[in-house]
Amino acid sequence: MNAGLPGAILMLAQIVIALAMACALYRLLRGPRAQDRVLALDTLYVNAMLLVLTFGIREAASLYFEAALIIGVMGFVSTAALAKFLLRGEVIE
Amino acid sequence: MSTAAALLVLAGASLALVGSLGLLRMKTFYERVHPPTMGTTLGTGLVLIGSMLFFTMHESRPVLHEILIGVFMTLNTPVTYLLLVRAALHRDRAEGRDPLKSLN
Repeated sequence: MNAGLPGAILMLAQIVIALAMACALYRLLRGPRAQDRVLALDTLYVNAMLLVLTFGIREAASLYFEAALIIGVMGFVSTAALAKFLLRGEVIE
Repeated sequence: MSTAAALLVLAGASLALVGSLGLLRMKTFYERVHPPTMGTTLGTGLVLIGSMLFFTMHESRPVLHEILIGVFMTLNTPVTYLLLVRAALHRDRAEGRDPLKSLN
């Protein structure tokens, strides 16, 4: 566990990433069209990945790296599938 | 040294925040595609460099597996956004509104 100045800076970074997630969530709920929502979901995925990485650094545990990698892969697959759905109306042809 | 890693992480987080704010401020979808890429490329890169620096010091051995996420994000961000913009263009044209008409 990080303490002192680095821990405080990492906590500030976590708050900043949480604000970024709030912005993406607002666009996800508000977004006028479907493509805006898909874009906001992709941004939300990336911000969640950064949050997990930052949490791993704060806890000094390398386990969180795998979780971040899985979130990144799932974000790519889901965004690609949703974009394909918007383009064709179905995911697997 | 640990403070340097934390500052790198904070810089990356700030870039992610600026990218997500751009998602709110831009007017049309085609403008809105641009800002999040700042968080996904440079923001992720800075956080990963901070993570590599911290774990290299913490475990007293070179820890480089964060490069995997970096390579993955660099490769997949353009692919997904290209697919998404093509889908949006297709949907706009299907409704009779071609955003590229003024360029021809």
